[in-house]
Amino acid sequence: MLELALPILAATVQSGTPILYATLGEMLTERSGVLNLGVEGMMIIGALAAFVVTGATGSPWLGFLAAGAAGALLGALHALACLVFQGNQVVSGLALTIFGVGLADFLGTPFIGTTVPGFDKLSVPLLSALPVFGDIFFRQDALVYVSYVMPLVFWLTMRRTSLGLAVDAAGEHPAAASAAGLDPVALRWFGVVGGGFLVGLGGAYLSLAYTHLWTSGMTAGRGWIAVALVIFAFWRPGRAVFGAYLFGGIMAFQLRLQAMGADLPSSLLLMLPYGLTVFVLAASSARGGGVGAPRGLGVNIEPQE
Amino acid sequence: MLRVVKRQEPLKGGTPLIVVGALALSLGISMLLLAAQGKPAPRGLFLLWDGAFAHVHSLEDTVLKAIPLYLCSLGVAVAFRMQVWNIGAEGQFALGAIGATWAALHFPDLPAPLLLPLMFACAGVAGGVWALVPALLRLRLRVNEIISTLMLNYIGILLLDYLVYGPWKDPTSFGFPLTREFSPAAQIGRMIGRIHWGILLCAAVGLALAVFLKRTRTGFEIMAGGAGARAARYAHMPYGFLVGLVMVLCGVASGWAGSLEVSATLGRLQPSIMAGYGYTAIVVAWLARLRITHIAFYAFLLAGFRVGVENLQLELQVPHAFGGIMEGLILLSVLAGQFFQNYRFRRAEG
Repeated sequence: MLELALPILAATVQSGTPILYATLGEMLTERSGVLNLGVEGMMIIGALAAFVVTGATGSPWLGFLAAGAAGALLGALHALACLVFQGNQVVSGLALTIFGVGLADFLGTPFIGTTVPGFDKLSVPLLSALPVFGDIFFRQDALVYVSYVMPLVFWLTMRRTSLGLAVDAAGEHPAAASAAGLDPVALRWFGVVGGGFLVGLGGAYLSLAYTHLWTSGMTAGRGWIAVALVIFAFWRPGRAVFGAYLFGGIMAFQLRLQAMGADLPSSLLLMLPYGLTVFVLAASSARGGGVGAPRGLGVNIEPQE
Repeated sequence: MLRVVKRQEPLKGGTPLIVVGALALSLGISMLLLAAQGKPAPRGLFLLWDGAFAHVHSLEDTVLKAIPLYLCSLGVAVAFRMQVWNIGAEGQFALGAIGATWAALHFPDLPAPLLLPLMFACAGVAGGVWALVPALLRLRLRVNEIISTLMLNYIGILLLDYLVYGPWKDPTSFGFPLTREFSPAAQIGRMIGRIHWGILLCAAVGLALAVFLKRTRTGFEIMAGGAGARAARYAHMPYGFLVGLVMVLCGVASGWAGSLEVSATLGRLQPSIMAGYGYTAIVVAWLARLRITHIAFYAFLLAGFRVGVENLQLELQVPHAFGGIMEGLILLSVLAGQFFQNYRFRRAEG
């Protein structure tokens, strides 16, 4: 039984990792008060940037950073539309997804079918020898280990630093933040661009670690799942970890079922994560009723005379 | 430094200027992208125009694509009016196609006057139910409709895949994922040239919707309903009913679009009918500033871009995704451009 469960649990962590990066990114953006529905677009652009830069330089770490930069750049486009030009945040985000998915597909066409050296599995000394835990958590690649630290850093930054508190203020009550001498527009720029950076990193995981290749549409809705998970997590990083691994689990399980040749059509199995997203949102809002949504979320800051 | 100043009055007659500016900007950036890939940009621009609008044949192609796009956009615009962010037209389109196909495959011997209405009824019910689910989830369980409609898009498309790869696959298709060809009674014929009778359905739906929104109390409430649930309650409007209604309207309209695609364009169900009209509809609706009467023009324009991109694909081997880039850029730049309706930049003193 354990022999069967361990690979699935290890694959759960792997499949959950890109979603975790993206969820934390969107969480940062939303906590600054901006809704960005462009996650799917930023993520796939990140995946492409990571792939191309790694292929050109041979360094997956440079590729990883390039993915963040590409995500941040698309985020800046959203910030420009909403923070400077007062555009509707929902529509701008949708436009960003349409644009990003198209751009990645367009620029990525010549790379289809090629591979790059990405991140390989790297056992942590000592910890990987732990029974069960070692197999699941410490025989992964470097980007997974980075993702273990991220929620903690996120939490500490938001809770314990003046920057984090200021970002929350910009998201909760920009007018009050402004009266307290903060610059809510600048803080929202930080939230959107910084969030885009994290989302881009999530994309890099898909093309450098989860696979080492580029295929068009490889995010397959993970960006949208991340948007849903922010709501599910009540805008808190701890619950985001739980949510990301829940989806990682369902994806790993579904892949394993297919690999075992289950007598179920693959299109029905592929529906699982999307159906689960709706179910999870229904279950959590029935319980929590939207607790934790930043009160200024989705509302633009009118320019002052 | 530049400072933002609010206009005393919204800019009069600025809308066409903003749209033209946004189109020029996005076409410019798109062509730069082409040039960056070593393709001749001026020729690209010409091919885009030539493939979409310059000949009878290309105009027919454009109108054929504008028909489903128009129906989806109507629905999206009505929902967005109410600030119901229904981005599920794509899935509702898929369900409509599935519903119509179910009727066509199960009653192949019915005569056209019975079968076609049955197909449209099934398409409307399937699309409408697909849209009602997120409405109910939002009203009863406060589930964000953006996420639920999007997830239902994925599920709807996978359901379509399942059917054409599985139970509905034509046994003589040599393994290709497509259904049997519909009986002649299930296929809508041509009206003028290659344009099918579906264009009359578009006219009827558009007219009916415009009259409904302008002339009835419920229609008025929908137009005013964007202010949100609380405002609606103060005004004694049945907010929940209105949310459900606009969603179902969008589901039915998009479902009919899907049903036209299988019945008039292809004569069977196959995965290639999912061409992303449901997402382009969002661009169309927003370009039309959610006005029902302006949608036909923008549906025609965006359909033209789609046909033009196909020409680029053929002549310059530009990837199909180029269309998505253009649509995303158009939406972003129009959105940003609308800023100038209410604000302007002024050089700050000191």
